[in-house]
Amino acid sequence: MKPIFDESDPVELRLCVNGAVRTLCVPPLRRLLDVLREDLRLTGTKEGCGEGECGACTVLIDGQAVLACLTAACSAEGSEVVTIEGPGFERARREFLEHGAAQCGICTPGMIVMTRAWAEACRRDGIEPTEDGARAALAGNLCRCTGYGAIVAAAVSTAREGFP
Amino acid sequence: MERYIGRDLARPDGPAKVEGRAVYVADLDVPGAWVGGVVRSTVARGLLLGLDFDPGFDWRTVAVATAADVPGENVVALIADDQPLLVAREIEHWGEPLALVAAPDELQLARALAAVRPRIEARAACFDLERSPRVFKSIRVAQGDAGAVFRDVPPGARVVEGTYRTDSQEQLYVETQGFVAFPPASDGSVTVRGSLQCPHYVQKALARALGIAPEEARVVQLATGGGFGGKEDYPSVLACHAALLARVARRPVRLILGRHEDLAVTPKRHPARVRVRAAFAADGTGLALEADVLFDGGAYTTLSPVVLSRGVLHASGPYRWPAAEIRGSVVATNHVPYGAFRGFGAPQTCLAIERLMDRAARELGIHPFELRLRNALRPGDTTVTGQRLEHSVGSLEVLEAIARRTGFDRHAWGAPHAESGPRRRGLGFSFFFHGAGFTGSGEELLRGRVSLALLPDGRVEVLAGSTEIGQGTQALFTAIAAEALGADAADVVLATPDTARVPDSGPTVASRTCMVVGGVLAAAAAELRQRVGDGAASWRERARAFLAGGGDGAVTRAYAPPPGARWDEHSYRGDAYPVYGWAADVAEVFVDEDTGEVDVARLWTAVDVGRALQPRLVTGQIEGGALQAVGWAHREVVSARDGRCEQDRLATCIVPTTLDAPRFDVTLVEVPYPGGPFGAKGVGELPMDGGAPAVLSAIEDATGIHPAQVPATPERILDLLVARAEEAHA
Ligand code: FES
Ligand code: FES
Repeated sequence: MKPIFDESDPVELRLCVNGAVRTLCVPPLRRLLDVLREDLRLTGTKEGCGEGECGACTVLIDGQAVLACLTAACSAEGSEVVTIEGPGFERARREFLEHGAAQCGICTPGMIVMTRAWAEACRRDGIEPTEDGARAALAGNLCRCTGYGAIVAAAVSTAREGFP
Repeated sequence: MERYIGRDLARPDGPAKVEGRAVYVADLDVPGAWVGGVVRSTVARGLLLGLDFDPGFDWRTVAVATAADVPGENVVALIADDQPLLVAREIEHWGEPLALVAAPDELQLARALAAVRPRIEARAACFDLERSPRVFKSIRVAQGDAGAVFRDVPPGARVVEGTYRTDSQEQLYVETQGFVAFPPASDGSVTVRGSLQCPHYVQKALARALGIAPEEARVVQLATGGGFGGKEDYPSVLACHAALLARVARRPVRLILGRHEDLAVTPKRHPARVRVRAAFAADGTGLALEADVLFDGGAYTTLSPVVLSRGVLHASGPYRWPAAEIRGSVVATNHVPYGAFRGFGAPQTCLAIERLMDRAARELGIHPFELRLRNALRPGDTTVTGQRLEHSVGSLEVLEAIARRTGFDRHAWGAPHAESGPRRRGLGFSFFFHGAGFTGSGEELLRGRVSLALLPDGRVEVLAGSTEIGQGTQALFTAIAAEALGADAADVVLATPDTARVPDSGPTVASRTCMVVGGVLAAAAAELRQRVGDGAASWRERARAFLAGGGDGAVTRAYAPPPGARWDEHSYRGDAYPVYGWAADVAEVFVDEDTGEVDVARLWTAVDVGRALQPRLVTGQIEGGALQAVGWAHREVVSARDGRCEQDRLATCIVPTTLDAPRFDVTLVEVPYPGGPFGAKGVGELPMDGGAPAVLSAIEDATGIHPAQVPATPERILDLLVARAEEAHA
């Protein structure tokens, strides 16, 4: 059961998702998570709690990591939304596989999206990617399977690309 | 020369998971499906006098099911048939299902659920395991005459005792439980798809509840976002609810628990109270052990008798006791039923015996490492059930490995600290074992099966009921099959666990998938290889030639117990488990004496896995299990008030994050087990047993207090620190 219902009248919404412009007619406060998963059938973005506590629903809006379960779809209008299905995750995916960082996989899309946001922030701001940095960046993403060591190592390897 | 054993294979399930393509139950696109919900009891005990349906609501827009609509027996079939699918009259716990509703959408469902008004007469409930009026199961293990040793303590010997308590723990799989059920087909058969560990458990439960034959109930596993035992028994409840709704609504129904509901009503780890006392000779040699194990089972039997069994059988710790008496009971309360969680009763008793060993070390003036080493079971020794340990006894090897890695054997454990300021560092230790596979004759009775089918193109399909729940079943089975066939990994395909296609390999529990089912798979593959024959040509060429020549490419093998294994369920004597995994942990903690907060900085673990078939996977299992243990040790609080879970959301149900997790240092020790595939033995649960005692031992080293309850929360630590200060003052 979902926690939030928006019973107001649908409005037209134009979203740019993974590089494609999509026009939808949805209630303005419908969760971005539901728009992605149900209206656009992009089910790679997961729901672990629906209230901002697990990070499984992390997506990028204009390069920033946001929780799609706490984001109203209408607030993403005019922005670039990128989900795990989108381009640009190749390196992170490879590192996650090589480090054994995906076990049950339910936290994995959120982890990979957050890793990319952190890696890009490191590059942009010239911050050396470290294990402590990765742990701080991923602190909002829960994983119950791995103990985090493999995930943190995969995130650091991903972010080190382009660093000497 | 082995090609796949000991070398990491790419996970077959990996690419779909990192690309977001893996289909979990919430991702399944089912056109026309309605959504289901459950009307639940708001008291922990009472009588359901009736259900009132608000006349202002248009009930034609939804489908409703009550106990009267259950076509078969109104039971959740498991060990005892005491749990109803839907309450008919007696309510035994908070959140117990009273009625089911399905609606075209979430909004209508919410309205309908709110329009059902149960009439309930509340009754007095019991929440105290020490005052329970009813025992689900009692077990006694005895060897020698322990009573005589305690009555008449030998000169120079010393008796050490303690009472240890462990609270419940939430599995917290990140994917909540859920099923999609389809309405009965014209022949009466029913299909459900969902998130689960044990397809054949669900199948049996569906058959009983719907009054159909097991073959008429089809259960298909979807990608499953974690289980840890939490998806062992509860999926049977949920699948039956979903199937009942699909039957009444005559359309597919999606029943997926929200996080609040999942936390509030699904089974968690059994709370426990363990009293233990032991007699030691002056040199630290153990003479006798007595333990009294009490588990809170909650409102219904569920898996409690087997959880108790494992708890009792691990209460001795991995030590030699010439005399021992261990009594255990699991009792009924009006808590939400407790169930399976990694470790399955053993973490509770392991905590007690390991805390007692630390206390004994202190009282005897012997180093805690030395005390363990002196009493550790060795090859040729017998356990408290009279089991002679012959194969794969890596006890001394893991002790040696952990000492080498950490120097704990030279650490002045428990010595007064010179530090000033409130932050105290401590190192703690634990030594533990875990029986792999089912207890006693379990595997023999179950006779788990695996089939192989040669496909026309020469590839081999593995048909097994074992599920991939993150632990790596798919990679492991691919490696085992390819190695045993002498084929390429690409020649192996894995069937989806679907009861219409795969045989019953037994449940995916009890650290048995690799060792037991993997062993059956290796034997089946060896048989197929023998039929096809070796040669210079590739596997596929040889396999195609074999098929073209009329060869039979279908093989089914069942588990065969190791020769000579014996177990007596009545006396609890004999070979309690086929083999044991052995491990030792060292934890490093920092305790803030002003706040009682504990930071677990590092955790070293040395684990005898028999043989690491897939080193990366087994390391992942060990680190993941160890973090759950560390979380339980001091952070993960689960409590109930009037029978209602107080941590029913992730804001209050706390589990470790990247910032809380210690740095792990895993040493894999390999003492091969001849009864397992390529020497491997079970490891899934073992890492859950040792983390909590190691952390509590480290807190003791840091502060001098003796924490006796898990989780050792800041409040509990502060209480002990205050008591210590008052004692010093007095
Ligand atoms: S689903 Fe959004 S944070 Fe958990
Ligand atoms: S891999 Fe299962 S929750 Fe992270």
